[in-house]
Amino acid sequence: MSTLTMVDWTVICPLDRLDPDRGVAALVDGVQVALFRTGGELYAVDNLDPVGGAYVMSRGIVGCRGGRPTLASPLHKQVYELGTGRCLDLPDVVLRRHEVRCRDGVVEVRLRQEE
Amino acid sequence: MSDSDRSAKRSAGMSGGRLIVVGNGMVGQRFVEALRARDHDRRWRVTVLAEERRPAYDRVRLSAFFDGVGAEELNLHTPDDGVELRLGEPALGIDRERRVVLTAAGEHPYDALVLATGSSAFVPPVAGTDLPGVFVYRTLDDLAAIREHARGRRAGAVIGGGLLGLEAANALRLLGLATSVVEFAPRLMPVQVDEAGGAMLRRYVEELGVTPYLGVATTALRPGPDGAVAALELTDGRTVDAELVVVAAGIRPRDELARAAGLPLGPRGGVLVDATCRTADERIWAVGECAAVDGTCHGLVAPGYATAEVVADRLLGGAATFPGADTATKLKLLGVDVASFGDAHGSTPGCLDVTFTDPATHTYAKLVLSDDAKTLLGGVLVGDASAYPTLRASVGGPLPAPPLALLAPAGGAAAGVGALPAATQVCSCNAVTRAEIDAAIAGGATDVPALKACTRAGTSCGSCVPMLKQLLDAAGVRQSTALCEHFDASRQELFDLVRVRGIRTFSQLIAEHGRGRGCDICKPVVASILASLGTGHVLDGEQASLQDTNDHFLANLQRDGSYSVVPRIPGGEITPEKLIVIGEVARDFGLYTKITGGQRIDLFGARVEQLPQIWRRLVDAGFESGHAYGKALRTVKSCVGETWCRYGVQDSVGLAVALELRYRGLRAPHKLKAAVSGCARECAEARGKDFGIIATETGWNLYLGGNGGFRPQHADLFATDLRTDELVTLIDRFLMYYIRTADRLQRTAAWLEAMEGGLDHLRSVIVDDSLGLCADLDAAMARHVAAYSDEWRDVLEDPERLRRFTSFVNAPDVPDPSIAFTVERGQPVPPRGTPPGAGADRRRQPVALGLPEVRR
Repeated sequence: MSTLTMVDWTVICPLDRLDPDRGVAALVDGVQVALFRTGGELYAVDNLDPVGGAYVMSRGIVGCRGGRPTLASPLHKQVYELGTGRCLDLPDVVLRRHEVRCRDGVVEVRLRQEE
Repeated sequence: MSDSDRSAKRSAGMSGGRLIVVGNGMVGQRFVEALRARDHDRRWRVTVLAEERRPAYDRVRLSAFFDGVGAEELNLHTPDDGVELRLGEPALGIDRERRVVLTAAGEHPYDALVLATGSSAFVPPVAGTDLPGVFVYRTLDDLAAIREHARGRRAGAVIGGGLLGLEAANALRLLGLATSVVEFAPRLMPVQVDEAGGAMLRRYVEELGVTPYLGVATTALRPGPDGAVAALELTDGRTVDAELVVVAAGIRPRDELARAAGLPLGPRGGVLVDATCRTADERIWAVGECAAVDGTCHGLVAPGYATAEVVADRLLGGAATFPGADTATKLKLLGVDVASFGDAHGSTPGCLDVTFTDPATHTYAKLVLSDDAKTLLGGVLVGDASAYPTLRASVGGPLPAPPLALLAPAGGAAAGVGALPAATQVCSCNAVTRAEIDAAIAGGATDVPALKACTRAGTSCGSCVPMLKQLLDAAGVRQSTALCEHFDASRQELFDLVRVRGIRTFSQLIAEHGRGRGCDICKPVVASILASLGTGHVLDGEQASLQDTNDHFLANLQRDGSYSVVPRIPGGEITPEKLIVIGEVARDFGLYTKITGGQRIDLFGARVEQLPQIWRRLVDAGFESGHAYGKALRTVKSCVGETWCRYGVQDSVGLAVALELRYRGLRAPHKLKAAVSGCARECAEARGKDFGIIATETGWNLYLGGNGGFRPQHADLFATDLRTDELVTLIDRFLMYYIRTADRLQRTAAWLEAMEGGLDHLRSVIVDDSLGLCADLDAAMARHVAAYSDEWRDVLEDPERLRRFTSFVNAPDVPDPSIAFTVERGQPVPPRGTPPGAGADRRRQPVALGLPEVRR
């Protein structure tokens, strides 16, 4: 398949399907996205662990470092900032982020374009 | 012979050749090891002639034999191809002219000869010492004979109230004999302690039920009707019942070979050597207790080791000399700490004493100071020897702190460690100075195990370990016990907070005792604490978000994002019907199967949404969760035991099943593994487990603190010949105390190693109830056992929990497309090489591989 540019929001699920501090995975046009709800905010990142290469990020532990929300890979525990996708343990490793919003109690995701 | 001839001969003869060592005791063995370690050019061919049929063993720990420690564990001998060890072949004579040692088997020529014949027990010349039932306390054979003779007898006596005598008295007491000690001096341990210390010691000894007879000698040993010894007669006319007598009235150097060969002896016996440990014959040396260095024999192992090192060095061309004996002693006798160091008796002219006596706690301490009260000369400690390492290291130097601060209980001595001079010897067993410790700390050693590894300090008798900790503190490397940036408390402190204050949720705990929202470090720790305290299912409410993915899905995450499933197979025992069910489940779900090290079966390759279906089949067939995913009890492995085995002496499978069912589901700081072996052949490898049980003819031996893995560790013997109920109580308490006090991810071996006092401390807590905790620990385990419920079944019965087991929240019926298998040896496995998911997604992208790939 070729690289697509997504511009539309995709409806995922009701907000109450997201437990605080616990991720879920969603399929958005064939792409696996990990969704989180923590500290009153929503975050969407790739479900693909950029280090381990498996689709597991939605099963990581949500936390915070220095007040910023983080996600730890369940494979080898590297910690990423949810806000920026930056890996705090390894240089130059980034977790791709996607756009996420809640409208009328429904969570929606828009894939970020290829850079 | 002229001087130049002599030195020519010396350099020729001493540079190498045939080396005969007479004696394979602790010092003889140490000498051989020291020589071989440094003899890189293999200059010496070594032959060791040993009288005993057993190679060298640890005589200092001889009494451990009565705790069930076998000869194997006391063994000090390591096989060495370059050394010919001739057991049971004592040297009978030395022909110095022909340079040969004579034995019953023939002659052994030598270029150099090292005498390491040790000493023998001194038996006073009184009537009756040759009666049956009279023993000395020197060898394992002696101890075995004592144990044999003690069977069915009720009264025993020890002649000699010194160090060895009190050890023997404790042994008789443990063998169930009413025990008396007869000492010629007016106090116990007259060599080591002063009068007041002896008085304190006497109180301890009497409280233990041992009767001391002091200031009297034995005039005769009298036989009973069976011809064996029955009583002692004392100089004051009294008679002491004794059906078993141990003579521990001192030792005499074994110098008979040297005497017969015409070598000069010391004034009180012993092979006379100079400070290089060489006899008058330049080819003959002496080490250990048989050597009279400059005329004085030393009966402790540390000076013996020093002589071994000197001779090893000299034989390889070195210039070492005997550094003088450190006669400092610290030991635990009859459960009492006793230490003596330096000028313990205050014999230095003009010296001053500072003493401290506390009848309430039964402690006595004395410091001997120089006449200006500035220099520490020596001292005696009875009851509490915690200040010993600091004080011993300070002898001859300025006092590291005011005397009372040093003697006050509760570790006042720690205050003084920082003031110790750099040249102070911290570990006298391995001659490690403070400067070397400080250098190791500066080089990056941040804990006691690291210091042990790089300096060898604390690796022999261990008495300096507290000082190593204090030196780490003094150097400012005390490691923070804070769990993470969200909690300043350690895991143990958090456990107590949760337990004592009845906290039930992570939010409450972090709000009241932490900050922020938590992280991947503190969340699983708190989840584990809450689970250990039995606060409901691990997936309920907020607890679910605290769990590692394994606990969250009650299965083990694999490298491709799939999970493995391990049903519990208690003790490794399984019916054919259940085996067939596992096979059918694996076949129907396309799972890879493998037998685990813990005697069960792991099913790999399950997707999240398959887990409940797999569990349903397993639970319906009578299986339950094996907790392979948790920091929890994993398995209790077993051998087949007496049920089938020709050698088994107990039902090891039955016990393993019972223990596994008792402790299943118990959450802990780290995983817990166990095993039960049905006989001493140990086929279940119980000593490689956190708790291991080995059957004896009369009960169970319990071993604690072993593990395999990255740093393998043998479990240590904790208790012997237990009944099953006694065994279970001890394991209950061990586990609960571990769960309460260990650090995050600290296995039992590391927990025990870090515990001040180690196994002895553990014993005092869970056997003697020194902290008054036992009832509490017992109740906690009873709650665990009563509250156990299968986590898989609980999920299957709850739609709310089941809801989480989907791959995609917006497409619950779609299986994860990234999980795909190839076939290897007839089974499905994740593809090798490229990371599993990389090719399955439409957005193929370069993957930054920051870590080497882990192959399983």
